[in-house]
Amino acid sequence: MSTFARIITIFWKDILTELRAREVVTSVLVFSLLVVVIFSFAFSTRIDTAELVAPGILWAALTFGGVLGFNHTFAVEKENSRLEGLMLCPVDRAVIYWGKLAGSFTFTMVVAIIITPIFLALFNLPLFLPRLLLVIGLASLGFAAVGTLFSAVAINTRARDIMLPVLFLPVVVPVVVAAVRATAVVLADKSWSDMLTWLQIMIAFDIVYLVVSTLVFDFVVEE
Amino acid sequence: MSENARSPFSWAIEVQGLTKSFGYHPALRGIDLQVGRGERLVIFGPNGAGKTTLVKILSMLVRPSSGNVWLDGVNIRDKPAQVRRKIGLVGHQTFLYDNLTVYENLKFYSQMYGIANLEQRIQEVMSWMQLVDRRHDRVGTLSHGLQQRASLARAALHRPSIMLLDEPEAGLDPQASTVINDVMGNAGGDGLTVVMVTHNLERGLELGDSIVILNKGKVAYRASRHDIDTTLFRQVYNQCTETG
Repeated sequence: MSTFARIITIFWKDILTELRAREVVTSVLVFSLLVVVIFSFAFSTRIDTAELVAPGILWAALTFGGVLGFNHTFAVEKENSRLEGLMLCPVDRAVIYWGKLAGSFTFTMVVAIIITPIFLALFNLPLFLPRLLLVIGLASLGFAAVGTLFSAVAINTRARDIMLPVLFLPVVVPVVVAAVRATAVVLADKSWSDMLTWLQIMIAFDIVYLVVSTLVFDFVVEE
Repeated sequence: MSENARSPFSWAIEVQGLTKSFGYHPALRGIDLQVGRGERLVIFGPNGAGKTTLVKILSMLVRPSSGNVWLDGVNIRDKPAQVRRKIGLVGHQTFLYDNLTVYENLKFYSQMYGIANLEQRIQEVMSWMQLVDRRHDRVGTLSHGLQQRASLARAALHRPSIMLLDEPEAGLDPQASTVINDVMGNAGGDGLTVVMVTHNLERGLELGDSIVILNKGKVAYRASRHDIDTTLFRQVYNQCTETG
């Protein structure tokens, strides 16, 4: 069985357990939705002001919602010592990381794809924004890459729920900033060239996060 | 002979000068141990003696601080993936996912181990552990005894040559414990080497070919089962664990 097939095996296991337990997506969705709704009432929703505040609100909801979800990524493997079961398997540790990453990325995307149209409707913004999907995809990949790694770090600490945001948020700041700025460009209906720099920043950080996380994951899960 | 390679006729498990410390606390203080192929070794010892640490090092879940371990002649530092294929571990926890069925759990681990003809193999281990009727039950709904059987099925899936059992009978009813007898009984005949950790002296003496008592991270006693007077063994155990 190939490395890729084993990554898919872990990914599918996570999808199946989530479909049955409905713990991650539901809680993250409710939390992110609450953030968006509260902000929509707090700010004026006139189209001119919405374009100014909306990008920040969307990414605040998705970032903090993401923290909630990533807390669960390896917590489920800690229960019943399942991580030890995975580590007994004759596979490279990176396979475990990529399998878990695929699950985290999917859950983040599912939440974002549900939240974003609601957010756009609440702020009276156009609903059909395909470029926004690209921004969400790149930012979610960066979030998932860092969130999966730090979730593995945090499960071995006593204050797991506090430790993850403390580790995660400072590291993903470049991606959050780039996502906010790229979203602002999309909402203002400016050209591709205006968002190119922000997309390049997200791609660059995604690559760095993925490479570094893959390399250090072995040390994180050993003891 | 080099440190990294051992002849194919060497021990199933060979441990040399093994130490492990957690911070300033030494858990193992220089363990030397050999286990022959097909041998059933039972390890006794009080809490904190280092039994679980030793099993975790043998199963490559924990890295030793110093010393060497060879499994089937291969140093565990050299070819980790190859060595992991040789090991089956039943620990204090089952490693199974509560929201997946017995069959789904076994299929997941079969795929992770890259087992050929996995449907046939899953059927075999489920039959062996008498789990066929419960194959579609979620693991979280099973009793502790049935979960432990499912854990044994998981550990046996890839036909390991070395089975490590860390207190596998904790919380099991006598009927479920017969499965352990089965695993231990099958050892030797098909070359399966078994290392079992237990607090139950009577059971350990009944099942093992050789006995080790660990105390304070050291081997305090080692003897063949045939050389042990079972009526005096508790006295021996107390002496080894009291004096350290």
